[in-house]
Amino acid sequence: MFRFLARRLALTIPTFVALMFLTFMLIRLVPGDPIEVRKGERGISPERLELLRHEMGLDQPIWQQFLDYCGNLLQGDFGTSLISHEKVLTEFAILFPATLELTFCAMLFAVLIGVPAGIIAAVRRGTVVDQSLMGLALTGYSMPIFWWGLLLIMLMSEFFHLTPVSGRIDLIKYYFEPVTGFMLIDTVLSGQKGAFLSALHHLVLPTIVLGTVPLAVIARMTRSSMLEVLSEDYVRTARAKGLSPSRVVGLHALRNALIPVVTSIGLQIGTLLAGAVLTETIFSWPGVGKWLIESIGRRDYPALQGGIMLISTLVILVNLGVDLLYGLINPRIRHAR
Amino acid sequence: MPADTTLSTGRSSPPSPIAEFWRDFSENRGAVAGLIIIATITIVALFADVFAPHSPIEQFREATRMPPAFLGGEWRFPLGTDAVGRDLLSRIIHGGRISLFIGLSVMLVSAIVGVSLGLAAAFAGGAVDIVISRVMDLIVAIPSLVLAILIIAVIGPNLTNTIIAVTIVYLPRYVRLVRASALAELTKDYVTSARVAGAGPRRLMLVTVLPNCLAPLIVQAALGISDAILEAAALGFLGLGAQPPTAEWGAMLADSREFIRAAPWIVTIPGLAILVTVLAINLTGDGLRDALDPKLRRS
Repeated sequence: MFRFLARRLALTIPTFVALMFLTFMLIRLVPGDPIEVRKGERGISPERLELLRHEMGLDQPIWQQFLDYCGNLLQGDFGTSLISHEKVLTEFAILFPATLELTFCAMLFAVLIGVPAGIIAAVRRGTVVDQSLMGLALTGYSMPIFWWGLLLIMLMSEFFHLTPVSGRIDLIKYYFEPVTGFMLIDTVLSGQKGAFLSALHHLVLPTIVLGTVPLAVIARMTRSSMLEVLSEDYVRTARAKGLSPSRVVGLHALRNALIPVVTSIGLQIGTLLAGAVLTETIFSWPGVGKWLIESIGRRDYPALQGGIMLISTLVILVNLGVDLLYGLINPRIRHAR
Repeated sequence: MPADTTLSTGRSSPPSPIAEFWRDFSENRGAVAGLIIIATITIVALFADVFAPHSPIEQFREATRMPPAFLGGEWRFPLGTDAVGRDLLSRIIHGGRISLFIGLSVMLVSAIVGVSLGLAAAFAGGAVDIVISRVMDLIVAIPSLVLAILIIAVIGPNLTNTIIAVTIVYLPRYVRLVRASALAELTKDYVTSARVAGAGPRRLMLVTVLPNCLAPLIVQAALGISDAILEAAALGFLGLGAQPPTAEWGAMLADSREFIRAAPWIVTIPGLAILVTVLAINLTGDGLRDALDPKLRRS
């Protein structure tokens, strides 16, 4: 197990270095020198320009700049936003809980509906139920989620007035200091009546929009994995010894069928974060996805650089964790080459 | 009666691979339906100038936000008009041309580059393999849309750059697929015997090994078209894809947001076009997989 862990970690390091190099290059490749961006319309004296270049380390050789950049990253310095002059890490830390809350709820929604749908389809294989569920799943998988969001806003918010259009909570009615950054928890802690419901109300549509594609993937995956397991000998044995069908499906088959599903859930974190960019933009959800898009609009490249570095690091770490967990569950992976 | 005719009709010869493929494929009604829809969309897109009643960028200032004909509009504009009076049907048709073009070019370029890199990694091994595999790991580590946005931020938003960005994002799938199946094939006896028979590396790669990796690759390529269309539309929606006044489906949606209440058809129609196209391609892709690759068969 230790060797597996060490090898897996060693494989991650070059990816990290390459990621640092990529984000380092970004700031040099975008149109407009960082100094040019700073000096703005009014211009700047040559002496001041020299000083700024020196301050930002731009007069150093390029490899020295890259090493400095890596050093800063390793010390947790992800740069400073050009617009807000806040540390990128600080901004990210404030916004990230909103994204995490949304992605968590979306995943929960996807699992709670996707897994049962997949099981039902597998058990009713070939029937109308199976065909309609899989038809729906393929539609969900093909859904342009930015349009799905607009469509739901149009129907639910504008037409039926069931849900709010944007944001995380009714800011006019409720105000409180964020404690955890997770609206659902903070509203309960604040003890204000209705605040929790308002937060929940705001979460419904974004959750559905972000959860749709993972839901479809999970349903399809659960079905095929379940079908495979249902034809195994041990399931036939369980049936033969007279266990009720629900017990066979729920206990013997499901446990084994869920292993690949659980892995795929872990690996979908990247898809979810990409989806969060679109979902947050549509619903004005104050998370890191919307922030990233706005950074481009504002030409705030240090924020973009730091944000991409942070998000990608997160994805790499989650994938690593999933791999390690999978190695724990499944010894065959561990001993492979 | 000549002997050879009785032979050919009496004993059934094995069906040709194409006939066999078609038999398996046409069993799946969804896949056939998907194929018909794609064929229709392709024909309409190819002859967009013939089918579209108006120019996609011509503005009819006297007829802005006209509802579709079946909702009380005029038959001059069957699907209605947008905020500046451009005919929606014409824009959808021309948008289809752009979306299909993006999907096909991304698929072609990433398949060609991906196959080359994948084969190179599998055959050369060593440092080449490590470098290629690590770069692919890096691309996968960044959420697809975020990476595409990053690339667009560097090279600027337009149609060509959309294709470049989406191609890079989807490259690892092909590389990993080809590398893995080529590695698996390389251990098999027929490859060894070809090697012993004196086949050079190029022949080994392209004639001996590649055809046996083709089935999953074709499936991946089919599904890759729909993913590319979705990704490009998402970039268009964020304002980072094709620039106005180009009739691109995603960009059309971005413009429509403020008319959710006043003119719902401007929101509904472009999205529906994306959904139908992507769904049709995915249906066909599922059918292709079932027919070509029994190992991957879902049920």
